[in-house]
Amino acid sequence: MAGSRGRGRSQFTFNVDALGFGRGDSLPTSAQTPSPLFPPMQFRPVPLQTGEEVDYMLALKQELRASSKNLPFHIKAARTKTDVARYSDKYQNGELKNNCIEWSPDWSRMPKELCIKVRKPRKTAIGAKPQLKQKPKVAAKKEEVLQKLETLEKREEEQHSEEEEDEEKKKQNDEEEGPDADEDYDEEEIEDVRKKNHYNLIDNILQSLWCRHLRISFFLRFFQTQKEMSYVKKNIFFCVPQSKESHMV
Amino acid sequence: MTAQEVRLCGLLLQEHFGNVVEKVGTHLIRSGVLTLRALAHETKLPLDLVKKSLCVLVQHGMCTFGAGRRGPAGPVEYRINCEHIFHMLRYPRYIYTAKSLYGDTGELIVEEILQRGQMTMSSTVKTVADRLTHNMPEGQSMDYTGSSSSGAVDTPLPVATQPTEPESNPDCYKLPYINLTGQGKRRRSSEGGEAEQRAAKKARTDNSECGDDGIYWQVNFQRFHLHFRDQAIISAVSCKLDQTSSEIVRTMLRMSEVTTPAHAAFTQALSANEIFRALQSSYNIARPNLDQYLSLLVDDPMEFVGKTGDSGGGMYVVNLHRALANLARATLESVVQERFGSRSARIFRLLLRKRHLEQKQVEDFAMIPAKEAKDMLYTLLSENLVQLQEIPKTPDYAPSRTFYLYTVNQLPTARLLLQHCYKTVCNLIERRLYETKENKRLLEKSQRIEAILASLQATGAEAAQLTEVEEMITVPERQQLESLRHHINKLDSSENQVDETIFLLESYINSTKTSR
Repeated sequence: MAGSRGRGRSQFTFNVDALGFGRGDSLPTSAQTPSPLFPPMQFRPVPLQTGEEVDYMLALKQELRASSKNLPFHIKAARTKTDVARYSDKYQNGELKNNCIEWSPDWSRMPKELCIKVRKPRKTAIGAKPQLKQKPKVAAKKEEVLQKLETLEKREEEQHSEEEEDEEKKKQNDEEEGPDADEDYDEEEIEDVRKKNHYNLIDNILQSLWCRHLRISFFLRFFQTQKEMSYVKKNIFFCVPQSKESHMV
Repeated sequence: MTAQEVRLCGLLLQEHFGNVVEKVGTHLIRSGVLTLRALAHETKLPLDLVKKSLCVLVQHGMCTFGAGRRGPAGPVEYRINCEHIFHMLRYPRYIYTAKSLYGDTGELIVEEILQRGQMTMSSTVKTVADRLTHNMPEGQSMDYTGSSSSGAVDTPLPVATQPTEPESNPDCYKLPYINLTGQGKRRRSSEGGEAEQRAAKKARTDNSECGDDGIYWQVNFQRFHLHFRDQAIISAVSCKLDQTSSEIVRTMLRMSEVTTPAHAAFTQALSANEIFRALQSSYNIARPNLDQYLSLLVDDPMEFVGKTGDSGGGMYVVNLHRALANLARATLESVVQERFGSRSARIFRLLLRKRHLEQKQVEDFAMIPAKEAKDMLYTLLSENLVQLQEIPKTPDYAPSRTFYLYTVNQLPTARLLLQHCYKTVCNLIERRLYETKENKRLLEKSQRIEAILASLQATGAEAAQLTEVEEMITVPERQQLESLRHHINKLDSSENQVDETIFLLESYINSTKTSR
């Protein structure tokens, strides 16, 4: 190879002009800044496909996205309470807990270490247990309202709404069937579950009563279902032990 | 896993399952294989949340677990299956395909199973029946005979004593897309497997009334993918040749659907007589015409159909891998054309065909003036679509004594483009999230107003009240909402379209892997 030093030494195998600069010229100026983040496009992109298929799949995609947020597979971390403990915390349940799983997988097909005790329907019972001691105190305060509500309920039950009974029964049935793990049903716990429905209603009313003078529309916002709303509308006088005019319209 | 793939997995998990699962999932992808404790420790999440996330991932088949490095006595190790997560992009396509093939019932079945990962047949049937009757007016009874699986609503399904051979279950024969991975409890325990899977005997209350306790059904993605591949081939033939040829190819593919294994390079050989018999009479193709069409297909440079013999009037196969390679090549060419212009595309096609060319030869063959050809070549080179191959004449790579050849390799370029597609989808998703976040206030307001309107209408309010509520959204806000909706729709359908390209490129790359 040393012998060919002289011949063909300064010849390139390709046409030198193709490089864009001649021999001995200075190299083209180097770039001072990085290339732009969004360089201007030479050609506009092709328009998207259209048609029935495309529209249908688009609608499907958006629906799937929306519905997947409501499935139990969508896991949200339980919020840690950072600020002051509030009185309403006692009445607001339904906060997410980390240690309960909202759907029941087939545990036989998963590793045992992933098993989380299903506690959700029992949460009320377990939550009620420490409150058993407080119950006499709490009950004393709410007794008046409780009694009144019970009379109303009996009246309601006589009149109509098989649906409400069915609903309650369904709730109880679901709560009974839910946990496969715990099989010891106490009579007391069933009672607690039934009382829980009472308490929910009462708690809602009591919450609303903290602000005495309320527009009826705001007052009604505390009730979620139509049934509750109509129930309250019918019996609103009796829920307020003191002044009748506090349910301002 | 490449960075883009990890990013895409994270975004998809976040969209469907929330932030917690996303965190767990991405960490597991990055680390490969981990045990539960290590995962909880490294992600710094509470153990319960990690457990829940893993349950969700296992339920959907995105995470697999197995005995770890220390053998069956050691802790269980978890591994993420990334392809499964990418399939989430394609859910609308699966559902739409099911709808077009099996009607509304099929669509609902696939949708339910996709959303829940895996389900028993009884629960699927119940949910689907509920949804169907929910939409139908009262007094109309459901006709279950049309759809096979829903005929099993009241009848008890076969008990899991059989090793759950799907073929023994008469229902699944008509639904070749769903199931095929029924796993009975029996089979699991007989495998002897890992200690963690000892089935704890729990009293099942209403799940087992239909007797199909351990049989779970999943969507068979592979079968869907084969169907998509066939559809792509048929539409390519109809674009390139004509409708009749595409019908012939469709018939051939349909005939070899069940006989061809998933990764085969060609279908089973079919004789022209068989094809003629199998052709639907509505097409009215005479026998000699069929022969002509077949010879046309064989001679076509795209090589969709090949002739492998002469018995029975000629034995023909569909070249699946070659068809996929051609489709991928067409995709690459189209990408270059749309981004860099038709002349660059000409250079690209030239290089694909001629393999290695010097710069001078490129200019000559492409018939493009030297300066422009040089520019285009260098642009393509900087985008990595074209590679430079140096062939030295001397052992020292002196530039004056080296040949520089330009070349395009189809497979690496396809991989590069696939990564670009992943990045594109990531960007689309992030842009959509950004747009939604920017206008969150407006969206919430409009949702609340819709809710108020709905409740007012339910209680029978007057028109004046309704208009009053509607006016709470001002006109410019309405316009803003409109444009937001338009943007989000555009971004969503772009995602769907990019996913089609992803599917093509992925199938091509997978076909090259298995043929090795």
